Amino acid sequence: MTTALLIEQGLNGLQLGVQLFLMAAGLTLVFGIMNMINLTHGSLFMVGAFLAATVLAHTGSFVLALVVAVPATALAGLVLEAAVLRRFYGRSHLDQVLVTFGLIMVINELTRMVWGNVPVPMALPQVLSGAVTIYPGVTYPSFRLAILAVGLLVALGLYVVVVHTRVGMWVRAGASDRAMASAMGVNVGLVFSLVFAAGAALAGLAGIMAGPISAVQVGMGEPVLILALVVTVIGGIGSIKGALIAAVLIGLADTFGRVLLPPALGSMIIFMMMAAILAWRPRGLFPVHG
Amino acid sequence: MTLAPAAPPRASSATLIGIAVLVVALALVPTVSQALGNPFLIKIATRIVIFAIAAVALNLVLGFGGLVSLCHAGLFGIGGYVLGIAAAQLDGEVSAALLPATGELAVVLPLAMAVAGLAAAVMGVIALRTSGAYFIMITLAFNQMLYYVFVALQQYGGEDGLQFNAALTLFGHPATGRVPFYYGCVAALALVLAGMQRLIASRFGVVLRASAQNERRLTALGIPPLPYKLAAFALSGAVAGLAGALFAASQSFISPSAMSWVQSGDLVVMCVLGGLAYVAGPVIGAGAFVALEAVLSGWSVHWQLAFGGFIIAVVVTLRGGLIDLVRIAARGGRAS
Amino acid sequence: MTAPLLRVRGLTKRFGGLIATNHLDLDVGHGETLALIGPNGAGKTSLIAQLQGDLTPNGGSIAFDGRDITGAPAHRRARLGLARSFQISSVFPEFTLTANVAVAVQAGAGHSFRFWRDAAADPALVGPARQALDSVGLGGLERRAADVSHGERRQLELAMALAMRPRLLLLDEPMAGMGREDSARMTRLLQGLKRSYAMLLVEHDMNAVFALADRVVVLVAGQAIASGTADEVRNDPAVRAAYLGKR
Repeated sequence: MTTALLIEQGLNGLQLGVQLFLMAAGLTLVFGIMNMINLTHGSLFMVGAFLAATVLAHTGSFVLALVVAVPATALAGLVLEAAVLRRFYGRSHLDQVLVTFGLIMVINELTRMVWGNVPVPMALPQVLSGAVTIYPGVTYPSFRLAILAVGLLVALGLYVVVVHTRVGMWVRAGASDRAMASAMGVNVGLVFSLVFAAGAALAGLAGIMAGPISAVQVGMGEPVLILALVVTVIGGIGSIKGALIAAVLIGLADTFGRVLLPPALGSMIIFMMMAAILAWRPRGLFPVHG
Repeated sequence: MTLAPAAPPRASSATLIGIAVLVVALALVPTVSQALGNPFLIKIATRIVIFAIAAVALNLVLGFGGLVSLCHAGLFGIGGYVLGIAAAQLDGEVSAALLPATGELAVVLPLAMAVAGLAAAVMGVIALRTSGAYFIMITLAFNQMLYYVFVALQQYGGEDGLQFNAALTLFGHPATGRVPFYYGCVAALALVLAGMQRLIASRFGVVLRASAQNERRLTALGIPPLPYKLAAFALSGAVAGLAGALFAASQSFISPSAMSWVQSGDLVVMCVLGGLAYVAGPVIGAGAFVALEAVLSGWSVHWQLAFGGFIIAVVVTLRGGLIDLVRIAARGGRAS
Repeated sequence: MTAPLLRVRGLTKRFGGLIATNHLDLDVGHGETLALIGPNGAGKTSLIAQLQGDLTPNGGSIAFDGRDITGAPAHRRARLGLARSFQISSVFPEFTLTANVAVAVQAGAGHSFRFWRDAAADPALVGPARQALDSVGLGGLERRAADVSHGERRQLELAMALAMRPRLLLLDEPMAGMGREDSARMTRLLQGLKRSYAMLLVEHDMNAVFALADRVVVLVAGQAIASGTADEVRNDPAVRAAYLGKR
């Protein structure tokens, strides 16, 4: 493997990792705090991408697409939480899996009704459509670099908010001990809605970032959802730190696995990694609960 | 947070009669189909019976063991590929070092069960060390692993799947006729139901059901739950593999789409829809599911909207499954 | 000289900075009923959990009938004859009372990899289960464990422990949450069992303790501060200060 390839694939892996972290952050917090398995998280990823693609097609402004689509996805998440999911926080995991499974079908079909079956193209913004030389002989698409930068920034920002601020403290308190959090006077209902909306916004952002690289189409959320679940489980459900580390780990392993290993093995590598890590630590790298 | 009620079923005459009625009803389908002159009915019924076997298998761990497994479509697919690859070798299109080239069901069905059971055991060793949400997510991840592996295996058709032309036989007799094959599937379902009923009521079944209710208590009594859960998981996987092999046989074709995680979710829906607490519940669930799918998809291209809504409604309202409705109706009928 | 049935030496359990069990030494003799009393948070339930194998101690040793079981898993200890009844009733709610106890009988009857015979109709399981239920006064009650009263569930716990044919009963507040009448009945029940089993009894009900115990150990902050007959302990000034005085 040449240095050039190493750098290029390393960046690709990091970029995938950042995207997965944006997805997993919402999943792991929603699970950690509400004890809720939310399979619709992948749908929010998809909704974000579709909204952004539409705004982009009408205005031609990528910035506007971001500014509209991210809050809109957060709003979609809020509506979803208030209308359906809130009722399922106290129910069994089985019920949660089933209801979100049904919701995925509904949301996918609604999306298909609005946007159709054909993938919607998402043009790259003019400034970022070129490539830059990042190492003698290695060019890398500017857009991917931009994604990486934005993703890293958001990931770090999120990490700082969760680990170092008062709101973050509530969130973490909620994640590790709900009863304690509510005894401390935290408005649990509000924190739930807030966390859900924030998770939705991040999922939407991840979807928008993926849009120009892969096609914007119905069902695009599910593969990412499952990778994000793997990240969540490896990191330890409820742990932001675990999600960050696991996301980068999985992003790199998946990218390099596909380049270096035969296809059947390459597609297995992250799952084998998950199996190995869980055999060693059944509750993930950074267990939060008990 | 407990799962669905794992009510202690007895090998009571009522349950056995219920199973017998179901099986006889299914066995009558070809006759009815012929009388109505509607061959489509057998096709649907074959699908129902095959998915019923898979759902009954899943319900061993889901309804009685309290384990929400989302990897059963993967195990189903493994069974399908064992049969598909074995049969496709006869065509000379593919070759596999570890599988015989045969279309003999008496050989290849047990083989499919063994391979799927082994795969379930291996995944179970990892997944059963965890519980609750971890278990759900890990089995889901394993399902996707199996899916992607078969997508990546270009020599077996990759994403397009594996078609085979070889004629399948059972003890040397041709087994591919639509009606005989259907009867064979019904017979397999009857055997699986009878076996499950015994299993659930046996000491093994008692331990499995007890572990779903209170693992800590079981351990304190002197029974470590893990080996029993693992055995149940492997057995469940083997029967799911049988269903998958029958599925591949029914259409001379198997593809990764049969093992997508959505299929795993569908199997869970079938169990819940029919009733988790009963061995035969998933048969009713599979019947309702496949029939509804057929009706809705003929009605609108956007049928998944209604179907998703239906699933949500089931979760919200129908805690004991359809079989409870039947029982309530039967009890009401008797009381009046 | 025979070794005691249960021998605990230097047992220590920490939860973070909190010490639940602090270098505790404790013996329970063959056929002895030892009552463990102490204020809330003294570490009584943690101790029971360590003896039964639910919790792993940080240090020290536990020997049962001369055999070291410090690292043995809970299910193996159960097979050796350590039976625990839980402070908060821990049963199989969807099973009938008989089926609950039959699981305990089954646990003592070898492995359960038996796939064919109907367990609910197996006299080898149902017979002893009914017997155990009779002996705690629950005979003939064919209901789901979820549907019986609190007091009856406590009795069921005891029946499950007895069905394990134990050599030492670890009873964690068997009278917890019971009314006076039920407590008195449970006390009489345990008095009847005293002759046949060694017991380690954790209990707040002093009437029951003084009626049942051959010896009383007072646990405060994970340490045994006094040991003796009920009367000796009752008159121990340290105990009065640390425990009885506070009540």
